[in-house]
Order: sequence, then structure tokens, then C-alpha cells
Amino acid sequence: MASAVASTLSSRPARAAQPRAIRDPAWARWLLIAVALAFLAFFLVLPLVVVFAEALRKGLGFYLASVRDPDALAAIRLTLLTVAIVVPANVVFGVCAAWSIAKFRFPGKSLLTTLIDLPFAVSPVISGLVYVLVFGAQGWFGPWLIAHDIRIIFAVPGIVLATTFVTFPFVARELIPLMQAQGTDEEYSAMTLGANGWQTFWRVTLPNIRWGLFYGVVLCNARAMGEFGAVSVVSGHIRGETNTMPLHVEILYNDYNLAGAFAVASLLALLALATLVLKSILEWRQTGAP
Amino acid sequence: MSMNSQAPATTEIPFPPAAHARNSRSILPGFGLTMGFTLAYLGLIVLVPLLAAFTRTAGMGWPQFIAAVASPRVIAAYRLSFGASIAAGLVNMVFGLIVAWVLVRYSFPGKRVIDALVDLPFALPTAVAGIALTSLYSPNGWVGCWLAPLGIRVAFTWAGVFVALTFIGLPFVVRTVQPVLQDLEPEIEEAAATLGASRLQAIALVLLPDLMPSLLTGFALAFARALGEYGSVVFISGNMPMRTEIVPLVIITKLEQYDYSGATAVAVVMLVSSFLLLLLINLLQKWSRRYHTI
Repeated sequence: MASAVASTLSSRPARAAQPRAIRDPAWARWLLIAVALAFLAFFLVLPLVVVFAEALRKGLGFYLASVRDPDALAAIRLTLLTVAIVVPANVVFGVCAAWSIAKFRFPGKSLLTTLIDLPFAVSPVISGLVYVLVFGAQGWFGPWLIAHDIRIIFAVPGIVLATTFVTFPFVARELIPLMQAQGTDEEYSAMTLGANGWQTFWRVTLPNIRWGLFYGVVLCNARAMGEFGAVSVVSGHIRGETNTMPLHVEILYNDYNLAGAFAVASLLALLALATLVLKSILEWRQTGAP
Repeated sequence: MSMNSQAPATTEIPFPPAAHARNSRSILPGFGLTMGFTLAYLGLIVLVPLLAAFTRTAGMGWPQFIAAVASPRVIAAYRLSFGASIAAGLVNMVFGLIVAWVLVRYSFPGKRVIDALVDLPFALPTAVAGIALTSLYSPNGWVGCWLAPLGIRVAFTWAGVFVALTFIGLPFVVRTVQPVLQDLEPEIEEAAATLGASRLQAIALVLLPDLMPSLLTGFALAFARALGEYGSVVFISGNMPMRTEIVPLVIITKLEQYDYSGATAVAVVMLVSSFLLLLLINLLQKWSRRYHTI
């Protein structure tokens, strides 16, 4: 930690802290900084800038019209609805998984932790495909669902399920190491002092994990709003009905309505920027605390 | 943590504290409820649907399976997906190390903003990244218009797939190497210097071996992500069969032709590769952790 702090200071004290023998020559330092910045400018900054430049190419009026278009509004509503279902579901799961894994001892714990991470290793396209195999017309429950006139694939439930799969690990993987590090001492104390299980959870555990939980929610939310591959397999692309924001971007782009596509895309880019700002604030909080 | 509270009294406890903690049954409530919910939710959302892919393929029969997963068009897609993912992973390994090095060791204006921006590929929806990169690298785009006179085409070629996969894998190496670099003691470099090593020797022979496990982990994570990536690639690749078609797109194409078995067979090949990669990543992480507790 000391070396990290020292390296952020360029003035005298840093030189005193970092001996000459392990300091890189100035030309090497500036060359490496230039290479790193050029690489990041090409791969991160330019794509971000081009989204907003293309979105505003036809003027602010066209931009606002694209965003207020009924199909765009329907896509925004569907995305918000999906997030409103998926994020709370994954939060409840994440808290339960972290409570059972971090506070208790049982065999097979590392296997369970690996299984929770599994959706990160699966291609988004395959995440959508497996739900088609379960609920699609040719799938396991297909005939039964058709007989009862229930639509899951090419409808909103399929979109919600595929998004849940893709964002499944975010909250849990944030909370498990955090709660493992915090241990059980405080909960034991609360129980000894006469608190019941719920009181212990609400008044002791939850305040301790609230920032980690928030961090997980921010990441889960960003991915849920932006998911494209999995949703594209199960959605059926019905305009105004089963189009989420990323799918609407794709449709406009394929219609050669570039300014419109980038206008909706710019909303998602703003979401990404807000996510990064929140993430940084939370991380600075964490490193600032002892 | 409960072991810590007993640390001062260790000498008086006849058995090791770790063994004591393992034997003690937790007095906290809710294990049955939370574990039950965790397993049910994991099973319903993740395991059962994944199982559907394997049972569907099991019902296919070998000749049919081989025909689906080894047709020339699918082989060409494997070659592109694996090749471009490895290339993008290697580029990210080199530049990711430089970015992590610069962020940890040097100071320059705007460093905090740049540090935060490294996570952009995680936060930016892949479809947005896809259309942004396509617009940049198409022949009349901001970058493409400089490359076009040189005869270099990026969008709608192999190179476009590589650019998109490099973007998507960028944070992995930086974020795995950064904390390790931060925790390295300056003393080992000083020791190398006092023993007569030049700066380059110290970096190549002392630092790099220490960073290797995290570099490889970052590479494997970026590679695994790139293999399955869809949204950022489909716009820039042009999707020409045999030439710029990635494996996830092959799966979607088969689905759109109602060839469910064929799509699932290819998906199973990809699932098995990802699971093997996940295993490799877990082993790498164990290795790097052991490296660091010493």
C-alpha cells in the first residue's frame, strides 16, 4: 500500500520513498504512459465519443424525436420492467447464497461457489438458447404451454428469464467474499444479546454489507439493461412489444437509421457512464476506510 | 474470523483453533431456508436449462452430431472465434500489463478518470460498443478513413472481429494484474538492484515471474469472454459465412432456420470449451494465490 501511495505523488517525498535503483528513467516513464494512453484512447475514448457525435449528427430535434418515438418508449419501458423484476430477484438470491455460504460450514462449498459463477462462463447466445429448449415450441414444456396458451419464448417472460440467467452471479459474487471476510462474530454478539434471526440480519448484517450490496446492484443493473445476445434469441423482435433498448438499437441500425440508433444507444452509454461513476465512488469509499 | 478472537489464548487450547471452529455448530439461524432457496433458484434458473442443452444433444446420435458440429462452415467459425479471441487476448496481455503498470507505478494528470474508464467495456452494452466500433472503423469512419488509403480494411473483415474482441477483453488483464502489482514489495526490486541487476533484468527476471500467474489468469478470462461474445462483434464482422462468421452467430443462424438440434450441438461444444476454461482459470487463480502467500 505504501508504494502505491508513494507512486501517486510525483514530488520530492515520492523520490525519497522510492530509491533511485528501482525508479524508471524519465523517457521510459513517459513512453509507457504515452503508449497506455494511446491504446486506451483508441479502444475506450473514441468509441464512447463517436456514440454521442453520431447521435447528435442530425441535430437535437432529431435526437429528441428518436428518443420519444413510441417504439423507443416501449423499448425503454420493457427494459425498465425487466430490470425491476430481475434485479430484486437476484438481490434476494445473492443475499441468501452469501448468508448460507459465508456464515455456515458445509461440504461442497467451493463447488457451489463455482456453480454460482457458471453463467459468466456461458455465451449470452447459449443462455438464450437453453430457455428456448425448455420453453420453446419444440422444447420440454412447449406442447403443454401451447395447450394452455401461455407464451414464454418470444414474449416478456422469456426476456426476464434470459436476463436473470445472464446477471445471476453479480450480487452473490460481490457479497460472498465480503461476508466471509466479516465473519460471524458480530452476529454471535447480537444473538447473545437476545436478538432474533431477523433482527440480527436487519440491524447487524445488512448495515455491514450495504455498500457491497449496492455495488452488486449497480453492476447487475447495468448488465440487465444492456444485455443483447441472450435477449435477442428469446425476444422474437416484435416492435413495440418484445423489443428492449439494445434490440431497438439493432433494429434502427439495420434500417439504416443511424442517427436514431445512436440516439437510443447514447441513453445506454449514459447509463454505462453513470455506472462507472457510482462504481468509482464506491471503490474509493472502500479503499478510504481502514 | 471466529478463529481470530481465540488467537491470544491459543497456548491454553489443547487442540488447534481451526479444528475447534470446524466442529462447532453455528448458532445462527436460517441455514435451511437460505440454502434451500439458493439451491432451488440455482437449479431452476441455471442448472436445469443448461441440462436441457445436454439432453437434447444426447438424443441426437453420433453421425448427426458430428455432421452438425464439424461441417466446413462451423469449422471455419471455430477457427475465426478461437483465432481472433487468442489474438485479442495476447494484445490485451501486452497492453493490459502496460496500462496496469502505468496506473500503479506512475502519476500523471487524469489518472483517476482513466482508471475508472478501464471498466467501460464491462458497463457499456455490447450492442452499443458494436455499432460504435463499426462506425469508427468503416471506410468512411473516423479511424477507417485513415486506414482505407493504406489498403487496410477493418470493418467487415477478420480484423473487425479482432478489434471488437480486444475492446471487450480490455479490462480483464488490467484488473487482474493491477492488485498484484500494487502488493509487490519494492524490496525485492531493490534487492535485485543491489545484487547488480540492471533495471531491465530486474523487471524481466524478478517482476515478470511474479506477475505471470495473474497475467495468464487475465488472458484466460479475456479469452473466455471473447469466445462467447456476440453483441459487439455482429455489427462489425459483416457475418459472411466461411469468412467472418463467429460461432455464436452460427448458433443463431441455425436457430433462425429452425435447426434446433444443430444449434444445440454447436452450443454444447462451446459449453464444454467454456467449462474447461473455467476449470483452468480456477487452477490459475489457486496457483497465483499460493504464489502470493509465500
